Amino acid sequence: MAGAPQSKTPTNVFSAGSQKSFNTQLKKVYTWYTGGFIFFIIALAILEQFGLPRNWIGYIFLIATVGLYAGIGIMSRTSDAAEYYVAGRRVPALFNGMATGADWMSAASFIGMAGTLYLTGYGGLAFILGWTGGYVLVALFLAPYLRKFGQFTIPDFLGARYGGNIPRFVGIVAAILCSFTYVVAQIYGVGLITTRLTGVPFELGIFLGLGGILVCSFLGGMRAVTWTQVAQYIILIIAYMIPVVWLSIKHTGIPVPQLVYGKVLEKVSAREQQLINDPKEKEVRDIFKKRSDDAKARIAALPGSLDAEKARLTKEVEDLKAASAPEDRVRAAQSALDKVPKSADEAKAAWTKDVPLAARSGPPLRHAEAFPGKDEKARDVSRRNFLALVFCLMVGTAALPHILMRYYTTPSVKEARDSVFWSLFFIFLLYFTAPALAVLVKFDVYTLLVGTEFAKLPQWVASWQRVDPSLLSIIDVNRDGIVQLAEIAIGGDIVVLATPEIGGLPYVVSGLVAAGGLAAALSTADGLLLTIANALSHDLYYKMLDPNASTARRVTISKVLLLVVALVAAYTAAQKPADILFLVSAAFSFAAAAFFPALTLGIFWKRANKWGATLGMISGLGITFWYMITTQVWMREVIFGTPRSAPVSLWWDIQPISAATFGVPLGFLVIIVVSLLTPSPDRQTQELVEHVRYPNLAGDTLRTEGT
Amino acid sequence: MQLTAKHQEYWSRNLRITGILLFIWFVVTFVVGWYARELSFDFFGWPFAFWMGAQGALVVYVVIIWYYARYMNKLDREYDVHEGDE
Repeated sequence: MAGAPQSKTPTNVFSAGSQKSFNTQLKKVYTWYTGGFIFFIIALAILEQFGLPRNWIGYIFLIATVGLYAGIGIMSRTSDAAEYYVAGRRVPALFNGMATGADWMSAASFIGMAGTLYLTGYGGLAFILGWTGGYVLVALFLAPYLRKFGQFTIPDFLGARYGGNIPRFVGIVAAILCSFTYVVAQIYGVGLITTRLTGVPFELGIFLGLGGILVCSFLGGMRAVTWTQVAQYIILIIAYMIPVVWLSIKHTGIPVPQLVYGKVLEKVSAREQQLINDPKEKEVRDIFKKRSDDAKARIAALPGSLDAEKARLTKEVEDLKAASAPEDRVRAAQSALDKVPKSADEAKAAWTKDVPLAARSGPPLRHAEAFPGKDEKARDVSRRNFLALVFCLMVGTAALPHILMRYYTTPSVKEARDSVFWSLFFIFLLYFTAPALAVLVKFDVYTLLVGTEFAKLPQWVASWQRVDPSLLSIIDVNRDGIVQLAEIAIGGDIVVLATPEIGGLPYVVSGLVAAGGLAAALSTADGLLLTIANALSHDLYYKMLDPNASTARRVTISKVLLLVVALVAAYTAAQKPADILFLVSAAFSFAAAAFFPALTLGIFWKRANKWGATLGMISGLGITFWYMITTQVWMREVIFGTPRSAPVSLWWDIQPISAATFGVPLGFLVIIVVSLLTPSPDRQTQELVEHVRYPNLAGDTLRTEGT
Repeated sequence: MQLTAKHQEYWSRNLRITGILLFIWFVVTFVVGWYARELSFDFFGWPFAFWMGAQGALVVYVVIIWYYARYMNKLDREYDVHEGDE
């Protein structure tokens, strides 16, 4: 690599002579960068005090951060293969850890995680455990060995270890399947955040964000992606911490929320008990129950019930007028009458919307209670699903190609091991803060918001109700003028997005949080796009179709494919596909079932052979896919045309999101059985296994590192 | 190329530490998770199982990976299979 032609790779801070001086230089650059970024925020905060308008702050954040990423991208342009695919294998452990952290933490982690914890309490911890514990598997089973192997992609390993194009091809298909579903969700997130920062329409937001992604990765591949991801990690972690620390000071007086929120959780739990038994709360919940039941009864009694409804509302208006009731009540009754559906079909559509209100008629969930359920059986099912989800997310983490690829970029096996530690450390900083944030916001809502008069709602409530009623809406259902918990409908994303306002921080911090979310989404999208483009250009084109292609041609094709894949993904995201969260989790199940058994057995069991691996990957992926499309109601509707209301037969009550619970064991089993029934791999393959097991083996002549 | 007895020993020591660390990983994740309802005693304000899920297990994961890297980097030198200093 040192001898590789460097002519088309500019010399600057991201290239250096010795590894040691490179490391020192990087530390200096990123320390200055962090200082500069903090200075930038302070300067904006001061300008805000002098009256800088809010939408200007949004634009400045958008332009400054995306411009910065573009600058790094352009400085890192390259057409050298090792630079383009694996950043020259010179990324020190610490920086690869930060880059992996940014690569890993998506919009879902940054914005969605704390919200999920707010809404589901203990159940949400499955994501915290799954998305961190998977790194133990990466460290123990994969990263050091893949680094020793040292090619460019994950299908590369499957191709070399199992021989021939079939295992490689299955790997390509699986890598594209899981990365593509994931990248669509990221681009969707980019569109949402850009819209929020600047107020442009969603579709335009997507394409603006796409530009941001492409400037990072198009010219410099992995080299550019790595150095922008480090910059993005620094922005996203600062953006996450400032509001949480502030909120912690507000509620506990101590700026380390992670250590002290246990006491806040105690108060929240006591308050939950109070709210569960509160008569006013019960009243509101009963109203929801009644509305839902009424709607069901009226739908069943159509069309007669429509006439009855009209008559009832007409009478109500007349009665109010006759009793000379206050004018606003008469007007309200009149408008209800005006809104009565015109036909039976319209009535059915309108009333069906009220049926799900039953979901709001239950008592609030106890945040700290594990596996709530009405009886022993329900609790057992909940426990089983919690553990199955943790398992799938963990194994999926250890099998997602865009993450594993990052461990090819370190200078040595030793650095690869250290780098997994740094990766998890940087991810840990955010993940162990998220549960604290969820509890602090819950405390705020349960004690400060619940019980206020509607006339005196805090400022942030009014502004978010206006911005997006699906994120927050409070309606005085029982008309007592006081906010009850049951009257608040809250969307998870608001927990992170509104924290600066809940904590009473200046608007510049809200802009910072949005910029952090953007950094999280962009960095993940970069890594995923690169994975897909490389699977197509390196594995499919170079390794399978045209092995004689020149380096320059390979890199050029990669760049063109990156552009094409990005446009296809953006187009898909612009269609606003349904149920994004499910698709993201599905990607984990696919990756887990397809890759984990074949990769680990390839390293730890010499006897595993081509047919075992091929059939194992196909059957693991196959059963996961099959379970998902037969048990996930909307997928089943799309594929088989079965109505959503038809009964679903689950295996051991495991939800479709955890389909890899079946795929991973089956994958292992098939690989083992088929391998034992077919001949052993040849001597050369066995030597490859020995080669990857030892960081440096005396007398080993095998050279696998790609150039 | 023939592996020496020393090489075999390096690999079996690697497998042993991998097994031990995987066992710890399994206990803090799945055993504690399985008994979460029973393990809800008070732990500095948190119910213990909740704290483990939100923080304790994460700390254990970080320590496992840190220890594995340290142990293996030493083992490489001890068995003379380490890489040259780059």
